[in-house]
Amino acid sequence: MKFGVVVFPGSNCDHDTYHVISKVIGQPVDFIWHRQDNLSDYDAIILPGGFAYGDYLRTGAIARFSPVMGAVKQFASRGGIVLGICNGFQILCEAGLLPGALLRNDKLKFVCKHVNIRVETTDTPFTLRCQRGQTLSVPIAHGDGNYFCDEQTLDELRRENRIIFRYSDARGLITPEANPNGSLDSIAGICNRERNVLGLMPHPERASEEILSSADGRIIFYSLADTLAELAKAS
Amino acid sequence: MKDPEITPELIASHGLNQEEYARIIQLIGRIPTFTELGIFSVMWSEHCSYKSSKVHLRRLPTKGDCVLQGPGENAGIIDIGGGLAAAFKIESHNHPSFIEPYQGAATGVGGILRDIFTMGARPVAAMNSLHFGPLSVSDCAAADEAVIAARNRSIMRGVVKGVGDYGNSFGVPTVGGEVKFGDCYSKNPLVNAFTLGLMRKDQIFYGRAAGVGNPVIYVGAKTGRDGIHGATMASEEFDDQSQSKRPTVQVGDPFLEKLLLEACLEVMRAGAVVGIQDMGAAGLTSSSCEMGGRAGTGVEIEIDLVPQRETRMTPYEIMLSESQERMLIVADAGRVREVLDVFKKWELDAVVIGHVTSDGLLRVKKNSKVVAEIPNAALTDSAPVYNRPIAAPDASSAPPAIDLDPSPAALEQSFRQLIASPAIASKEWVYEQYDHMVRTNTVVMPGSDAAVIRIKETRRGLAMTLDSNARYCNADPRAGARLVVAEACRNLVCSGGRPLALTNCLNFASPERPKVMYQFSETITGMAEACEAFSTPVTGGNVSFYNETEGRGIFPTPVIGMVGIVEDMHRVTTQWFKNDDRAIVLLGETHNDLAASLHLEVIGKPSTGVPMLDLSRERAVQETCLKMIQDGLIESAHDCSDGGIAIALAECCFSSYRRDSVGCDVDLTGELPAIALLFSESPSRIIVSAESQNLDRVLEIARNNGVIASVLGRTGGKSIRITINGDPVIDVLVHEIEQAWRASISCLMEVPSLATT
Repeated sequence: MKFGVVVFPGSNCDHDTYHVISKVIGQPVDFIWHRQDNLSDYDAIILPGGFAYGDYLRTGAIARFSPVMGAVKQFASRGGIVLGICNGFQILCEAGLLPGALLRNDKLKFVCKHVNIRVETTDTPFTLRCQRGQTLSVPIAHGDGNYFCDEQTLDELRRENRIIFRYSDARGLITPEANPNGSLDSIAGICNRERNVLGLMPHPERASEEILSSADGRIIFYSLADTLAELAKAS
Repeated sequence: MKDPEITPELIASHGLNQEEYARIIQLIGRIPTFTELGIFSVMWSEHCSYKSSKVHLRRLPTKGDCVLQGPGENAGIIDIGGGLAAAFKIESHNHPSFIEPYQGAATGVGGILRDIFTMGARPVAAMNSLHFGPLSVSDCAAADEAVIAARNRSIMRGVVKGVGDYGNSFGVPTVGGEVKFGDCYSKNPLVNAFTLGLMRKDQIFYGRAAGVGNPVIYVGAKTGRDGIHGATMASEEFDDQSQSKRPTVQVGDPFLEKLLLEACLEVMRAGAVVGIQDMGAAGLTSSSCEMGGRAGTGVEIEIDLVPQRETRMTPYEIMLSESQERMLIVADAGRVREVLDVFKKWELDAVVIGHVTSDGLLRVKKNSKVVAEIPNAALTDSAPVYNRPIAAPDASSAPPAIDLDPSPAALEQSFRQLIASPAIASKEWVYEQYDHMVRTNTVVMPGSDAAVIRIKETRRGLAMTLDSNARYCNADPRAGARLVVAEACRNLVCSGGRPLALTNCLNFASPERPKVMYQFSETITGMAEACEAFSTPVTGGNVSFYNETEGRGIFPTPVIGMVGIVEDMHRVTTQWFKNDDRAIVLLGETHNDLAASLHLEVIGKPSTGVPMLDLSRERAVQETCLKMIQDGLIESAHDCSDGGIAIALAECCFSSYRRDSVGCDVDLTGELPAIALLFSESPSRIIVSAESQNLDRVLEIARNNGVIASVLGRTGGKSIRITINGDPVIDVLVHEIEQAWRASISCLMEVPSLATT
């Protein structure tokens, strides 16, 4: 089982993600330079946070054209597991791997703070170790995290149980006050129809060690590792 | 294009006086060319030459066991054990931030980041000290004051966004700092940016052009006409001759800076770099002549090879441009290809523009013709040094009698007023706009006494804080500087750090005014005394003079950036009470130190003097607190400063991340007036909380260190209850005043801006 963390010019959570995979959950992991177009060595690909290509135009708008993204699409279409965190989520939406878009935060300011997210379903490779309704304390750090999609897409996401995380208060209640950026339906993370591609705005890699105030986020990486171990056993 | 003739007007417009011009002629033995005049003017500017401050700065202690690199390089470096070193420095970007708050602040952050990674260190933490004019005026204030307040808010919005956008994109966590307010900063905002980087002790890089024949490589952004003559003023004729030569605001590109960081660290790791320096103030000029000066070599540059983003730039413009995100590298002669390839990978310009010579000259050629040829030493070591006149202010009259209402109602009213004052109020409106967690090392986040970051794969961490107190420094610059250094050390100690060394940013008004130079000299004296007492040498810093507009200068505002070591990351403390039913203990004594206090400022009463500081008592208090933290005896520690014990207690009670607020019930005893017991700002005091079972040991450690420790009361409940000698004076619900404290600044900042801003 092997993880790959993609490095775009301007990625800045690449080292943090690598650290969690290698040191916290103890799995093999490589950095993948954005020019690489073959991902056949990997079992799971993570698009980390940051500001790929500076994000001066629109978040993720340039990164989607990077050579590695062609490979990521192929990798995902074959059932490979792809996790996009923050800027990674924005890139997945731009690349069409996930529906919808991430708009400017409703208060028009960058916001960095700890928030709570509620696990809406455990039926994904990313949340299988969680409990449904469980709240996780994880930080956000973004200027464009306000999830938006059209009504039909939202219906689809709900019907297909593809909203994986919602912003909530510490007790798991979905309230307007607990929504830090104006996201539609308090959406913090969604997956694709095949459930192998997840994008989320919060940073689980920043909440994966006790010393960093919260270790709630590591359950996502442990879930991934479990999934990969199962897949390896099956093949 | 023909160069203009060197006339007295042209010389004056370059900010050079007659003696300085005569000195130039003496040093080079002829009349300078236009390009040379420009080069001298920036290198001899106050900003680059420290000509007014140099004689005083020599009095600061700069040596210590931990110091690997003191002042004179791009940043200071200290040994933090385990084969690791930390490079850190603070720098001002005050003037640009007033003209264009967003880009001024952003490029300030960019500049200090480059100063750190040019030494081979990866930036891992940033902080900033911001001073603004008042954000609001009383309802009865004149209309023009309301306009000024609106402008102050607009400046603060721009600065905070500029700091955030640059640091966030670059990927450095902004872990702490300070935001302060005062009338004198209305047209003179201060933006001081600090960065700390980590490196291996055996992989430090210097800005030295060593090795005759080695190539000089320009890397990073292309050169444009931005920032030309940031240090001096363009003349009327100058503008008439060429509109394009007008100084323009520099524009930051954090994405490019991030690529530059990765590429520079990659070529450094490969071992291909001999010397490296960023092009900051005075751009290509200062980087080339300083690198040559330090190595005792010369540097020859073919100007047409410099990557340019505008057409028909003259050698003068290219040498003086302050375009951002550029570095100068001297590489090993045999490894040029390797260096160029790394920059190509990161899609950055990298061009060999010249080579190192043995003649000690900075030589600039255009089409093989020499347009400037100046000994490096003339620009650096031989720059003018001034011992400017100093004049003490007139002796102040006796302190005015202050008539204060001692009734409990008035005291509680003052308490509420202080809590909601911008000086005390929560700064989360500011720091939530900064990514303070990227790199996953931030263990103590903004809001506590000092920030703490862990060093991955070790047991250790670093504590850091930025501190200033212009109220004290204005009342008594020497005592004020001592108090600021003491508070910076105390803040580190409260987080569990042992102070090691500091960097300073000295913000003052015009050095040409003797009273300002008196403040400056006194500040240095006081700072030196305190640094000696705490064994915390100064490893570098920055002087920013001329912070005055329309004849109105700022208060003397020295900012201290103190860095300390945390030996065991399991022994880190924050200021907040953690549990009910803990003993609250005050280390140190309260005296009648209301002079220059925030309380008097907020209620608008004048005073003279500053709180009394006994450096040896201060040291004892700090040692005591650190010992208690290291022995795991206390759950919280908080410095008593602005607003006195009353405010410090409230700050201990407020909720923090994943922790509810905790009330307290305390009794302050003594002969002092109630107002002093509550709001006096006597230094050398720390409020700690401990489990009952540890109380005896806490008191014993204090006793052994000769420190007075008084049990003030206990934590618990939903209120802050303070009695004085048993009589109730303050009884408020924590959540109620916490709300006022949290909402204060965001309420002020979220009001719509006036159209005039």
